[in-house]
Amino acid sequence: MQYTEFTPQMKYTHKLLVPQMSPIHFEIMAHVLRAEGYDVELLKSEGSEIRDTGQRYVHNDACYPATLVIGQLIAALKSGKYDEDKVALVMSQTGGGCRASNYLSMLRKALYRAGYAHIPVASLNFSGLEKNSALPMSFRCFINLLLSVLFGDELMCLESQVSPFEKLKGASSEVVKTWIDRIGQLLRKRPKLPVGLLLKRISYQIAADFAKIETDKKDAPKVGVVGEIYVKYAPAGNNHLVSFLQEQGCEVITPPMFGFVQYCVKNVPEEATLYGGHKVKGLVYNTVLKVLSRMEKIAKKQVARFSCFHVPSSFKEIVSSAKEFIGLGANMGEGWLLTGDMVDMVQSGTPNIICAQPFGCLPNHVCGKAMIAKIRQAYPQANIMPIDYDPSASQVNQENRIKLMLSYAKEAKQEENC
Amino acid sequence: MRLGLDVGSTTIKAVVLDDQGQIVYRTYTRHKSQVKEKTREILTEVSARFGDEKKLAVAITGSAGLGVSELSKIDFVQEVYADSLAAKRLVPKADVLIELGGEDAKVVFLTGLKDARMNGTCAGDTGAFIDQMASLLKVSTEELNDLAKAATTRYVIASRCGVFAKSDVQPLLNQGAKREDVASSILYSVVNQTVAGLAQGRKLKGQVVYLGGPLTFLSELRKAFDDVLGIEGLLPEDSLYFAAIGAALYANTIVDFKEKIELFQQNFASTYEALPPLFENQAQYDAFVKRHQKAQVLRCLDIDYDGFVHLGIDCGSTTLKTVLLSEDGRILDSTYAPNDTNPVEMAVSVLKDLYQKYPNLKLASVTSTGYGEQLIKQALNGDDSLVETMAHYRAAVEFEPECDFVIDIGGQDIKCFKIADGSISDIFLNEACSSGCGSFLATFSEALDLSPAQFSRLALFAKQPVMLGSRCTVFMNSLVKQAQRDGATLADIAAGLAISVVKNALYKVIRTTNPKELGAHILVQGGTFASDAVLRAFELELNLEVTRPEIAGLMGAYGAALYGKDNWDHKSLSNALSVHELDGFTHSRTTSRCGLCENHCLLTINRFAGDRLYLSGNRCERPLAKKPTQPALDLTVYKRQLLAEYQNYVPKQINVGLPLVLNFFETLPFWHTFFTELGFGVCVSSPSDGTTYASGQADVLSDTACYPAKIVHGHIRQLASDESLAAIFYPCMPYNIDEGGGENHYNCPVVATYPEAVAVNYQKSHPLLLYPYIGLHQPKKFVQQMSVVLKKLQPKLHKRDLQKAADKAYKAYDDYLAKVQKEGQRIIEEARSQGRHIIVLAGRPYHLDEQVNHGISRLITKQNAAVVTEDCFLFGEKQKHQVLNQWTYHNRLYNAALAVGQSEDMDLVQLVSFGCGLDAITGDEVKEILQRHNKLYTQLKIDEIVNLGAIEIRIRSLFAALAKKQRKGGKQNAIYRVYPANEIHP
Repeated sequence: MQYTEFTPQMKYTHKLLVPQMSPIHFEIMAHVLRAEGYDVELLKSEGSEIRDTGQRYVHNDACYPATLVIGQLIAALKSGKYDEDKVALVMSQTGGGCRASNYLSMLRKALYRAGYAHIPVASLNFSGLEKNSALPMSFRCFINLLLSVLFGDELMCLESQVSPFEKLKGASSEVVKTWIDRIGQLLRKRPKLPVGLLLKRISYQIAADFAKIETDKKDAPKVGVVGEIYVKYAPAGNNHLVSFLQEQGCEVITPPMFGFVQYCVKNVPEEATLYGGHKVKGLVYNTVLKVLSRMEKIAKKQVARFSCFHVPSSFKEIVSSAKEFIGLGANMGEGWLLTGDMVDMVQSGTPNIICAQPFGCLPNHVCGKAMIAKIRQAYPQANIMPIDYDPSASQVNQENRIKLMLSYAKEAKQEENC
Repeated sequence: MRLGLDVGSTTIKAVVLDDQGQIVYRTYTRHKSQVKEKTREILTEVSARFGDEKKLAVAITGSAGLGVSELSKIDFVQEVYADSLAAKRLVPKADVLIELGGEDAKVVFLTGLKDARMNGTCAGDTGAFIDQMASLLKVSTEELNDLAKAATTRYVIASRCGVFAKSDVQPLLNQGAKREDVASSILYSVVNQTVAGLAQGRKLKGQVVYLGGPLTFLSELRKAFDDVLGIEGLLPEDSLYFAAIGAALYANTIVDFKEKIELFQQNFASTYEALPPLFENQAQYDAFVKRHQKAQVLRCLDIDYDGFVHLGIDCGSTTLKTVLLSEDGRILDSTYAPNDTNPVEMAVSVLKDLYQKYPNLKLASVTSTGYGEQLIKQALNGDDSLVETMAHYRAAVEFEPECDFVIDIGGQDIKCFKIADGSISDIFLNEACSSGCGSFLATFSEALDLSPAQFSRLALFAKQPVMLGSRCTVFMNSLVKQAQRDGATLADIAAGLAISVVKNALYKVIRTTNPKELGAHILVQGGTFASDAVLRAFELELNLEVTRPEIAGLMGAYGAALYGKDNWDHKSLSNALSVHELDGFTHSRTTSRCGLCENHCLLTINRFAGDRLYLSGNRCERPLAKKPTQPALDLTVYKRQLLAEYQNYVPKQINVGLPLVLNFFETLPFWHTFFTELGFGVCVSSPSDGTTYASGQADVLSDTACYPAKIVHGHIRQLASDESLAAIFYPCMPYNIDEGGGENHYNCPVVATYPEAVAVNYQKSHPLLLYPYIGLHQPKKFVQQMSVVLKKLQPKLHKRDLQKAADKAYKAYDDYLAKVQKEGQRIIEEARSQGRHIIVLAGRPYHLDEQVNHGISRLITKQNAAVVTEDCFLFGEKQKHQVLNQWTYHNRLYNAALAVGQSEDMDLVQLVSFGCGLDAITGDEVKEILQRHNKLYTQLKIDEIVNLGAIEIRIRSLFAALAKKQRKGGKQNAIYRVYPANEIHP
């Protein structure tokens, strides 16, 4: 099987197609890559076309995110909109022990089968994988990507807090849209501000804009959506779960993506503690973690200045919640972070949770489904429903299970009010 | 007054409560997928009865109720919640509700920690499954219940889902197991599925209440639940109507019936993306029919034909087909009929009829094929039998000499093969998940009171076929409900099902991405292709014209007859039963437990007149009392012997239990040595047997995990009950030992962290469950880690002793691997010296568990081939692979594939456990490596399913293909003879 490496020169000649995952975050990240000089297009297609294309070229037992992501990329190539000699695809790799690190190989195989072996794939990873095809990145770009995760988290978090209550429908999504563009412009201008200050200012302004939106306070049960990273964030992967829940009158809480970034970093020193190994590497990563934690703190502090907003728990708190239930060595897929997210939500007053994963997700047998039982033993109020997503799973069945969870959520809310 | 409507996946229940909460009206009816129409009928009737309609509050519940509720804007309440509302009112003492519906199973804990659970996506179909099984047995569900009452033995039937269970049930019936026993076993498998999926470690105890159709109608099912749970459950009055009553209790919006009934006149808004219709118009269809009518076969119409004839019998999973050939290969006669679970009687009557119809018959040969090839051969004293793939191949090349691809979709199985240079170049057989597609179409149409032909007709001109997925029939069934809500008509669904069956074959079984890869001359056959809708869907999907022989359903029998003709010496007569012998034909079936080894296989013994015998259910040859001339060369036996040496438990002051599961199948020598050296007594759980899985199934927390993981709970239970143990040691190990060759050396996520899942439901403090994160890949840190872990058991351990024990343990591990490799080499050399073929049975260490591999290696040694495993080829150099090579065990697979690719006398069979997502990656890569070396790739998916029928066909097909290939290559070595099932080589 042949495939084409992504060489650094392609930065100047090729258009990069990026598959969708978390719409807000990825829009901002696309801006960051554009600021770096890449010609980037974030794909937005969804539905049967990408699903069917994915099923055709990806092994049927592969997980749903692989089907959708690869389907989306190949469907884009098939659309004929792009010059095949001047287009490249981007795929991320974490290097963890779950299947996701192999999406890149699966994509290459799929490209070969679909007759696109000449299209290069760039690997977006920070683990030193695919040295010949890695997406070159400056330090500045790296920092900007971190910022975009933080900004994305704030926009996502505040939008979901405000939108169910806004008086003027669509007001909060308007704020999101405006900010995505503003952040894009700002990053392209390469501001000379120190990172901390930039973060502080923008975080504050975002929160201020949301605080201006007029709202009606009404009773809306809070529902957390946790799980595998793709189906948790991607509306295409979870049949627009967030909108569905909002239509049911819920306020939806999704854990921040920055937690996942910190989780990936933290696993390195954690493994060094468990199994030994490079001490220096552990120290370096611990330092990085400290910087990240500092950034997280700055952003959250700005949100906290507005008493109307609920500020998500810090990564540190998630870690200590997770530790009570699962070993931090469980680091494949979302691993202990998923358990920690659930525990934290239950503890902080959101006992109603949907744990979303692709059908057959290997790490979630343990970190999701098994831990749900353990959490329920400790917190009887926990009302957690695992939902599997798959190209062939019926939406009616998924909604029916979600409604079961909501029945109990509403009952609990009533009892509370009585 | 209040009305509650429970719109389920197969039935509608309605209840009207008066103001005192008394039931004043109730109805129960099957909706036959006409959800909207039936609901409207009921509303009309209720409105007529309770004249002053304005006073009725209404709510809808049920798994198919969501769509109806959206359409009519009547309040919806989730059905499990509705159940619990009703239970609170009607059976206040209830602790647990168990409700089985048409599609979903639910368990609700009402007291203590409140909890409600519904089956996962994969384990749907409960009620529908019982219906299907009843139709398989040709009885109603009530009769199935009656049959179960007279059961004497119980078979183990896979309980993951209906599709898997059917893979066990169908062969049982064909082997002649007693219907009574099968009926009872089916009900027990429903119980096991419910317990394994929904108990999740919590005891179903106290006052258990049974609800829903199956539990209401089937007393034996209730008894089975009582038996498995050790309780006495209660079937309350109105057990069918609980959800409906709950909905009525929930109802608080008074509705205007006239308005609602009118709303039901409208159609569901069509909200799905329709697939293109199968045919645009009648003319297109006519042209299609005309084209396919050309695919005729030569027939002999001479009633008084008196030459020699060859009879081919294809004893399939659900039908029996025969073809009678004249000496010059024309078809003289043929039959096609359901086997009614007694293929022997069927075959005998066919033969009798033939003798009667053709008095001058000179029967030259009788050849059987299909699932029941051996049964029929023994019953009729036939001359020969052959594996069905070969029969189909033979028929295909006769029909269309240029054909290069054959696809056969039968009731149960999908078989495909590629033909290149006059021999089979690739074989594709479905795994359990995609089985039963054909018969699903049949039972689905039956449930709608339509004949298969009518159903197919309906599909042909559907305007907007709906996509129903391609995973399996359980998923398809639940997507039907979705489709109705999305506004699909019955015709659209019929067309959608035809398309789904085709997609399943193409994308799941053959896994093609480019239809042109298949070939230019494609032949389709099998009963399912009798449907024009399926045929058309196939052509549309491929964008190609294919050939469907007019005898599409008879090709197996045709091929068998041709095979008989090919091997005939042009003079002798068949040995098969003559007219007179048929008159005295007797057939009896008995079952007995084999006592020759600890497997205690349940044998089904068919006895025929003339002392002929056919035995099935055996995993080995011992009950046949024949001895193979050459001893089996099987590395798995040797490995099991090595591990058995650690079974000897001598209790000491402090004792540790080790479960023989997952990676322990390889690390056992390490851990056993380590603990022994430290002075602990070490107790290893006994190898899994037939009861291990069941004993721990109630602790399973994720029913879609792989079987090797789910069986862990049984081992833990066994160890937990041993009072002499201070601790059970079962470490989490995300990393494996680095054997080089890969980018990393992980274990899979399940092997890595399953101990965490086990610990959730482990409530005992003695023995203590120790499940620390341990890495054997860093020997230095290992000692430090263990000294912390073991402090809980033995505070006085000295670091020096730990180090010494660790050194010995690493050595024991290395020794074990070296021994395995050495024996592997010995087997390879011996096989070569004897001219025997070598099969690398490649999987994971835990595939050594006989409950996991179900004795597959014996199916291979039965073919006189030697079996070695993937760990013979350890420690290869770093190879460039097309996947991210980051798991130790998986790296071995690639090494094994490379080694096989370089050896002419080796082939590889990959074992894959159902649910192993990583093997989606390794399977593709191993296949590519093998194909680069022009080797066939065989993957066997294994799970709880006990029956090896389909797997045996695969293995024999592999050997048959190898034999053909070799003959092509001009070699006349006997290595590749294909040995029939249950017959010992000479």
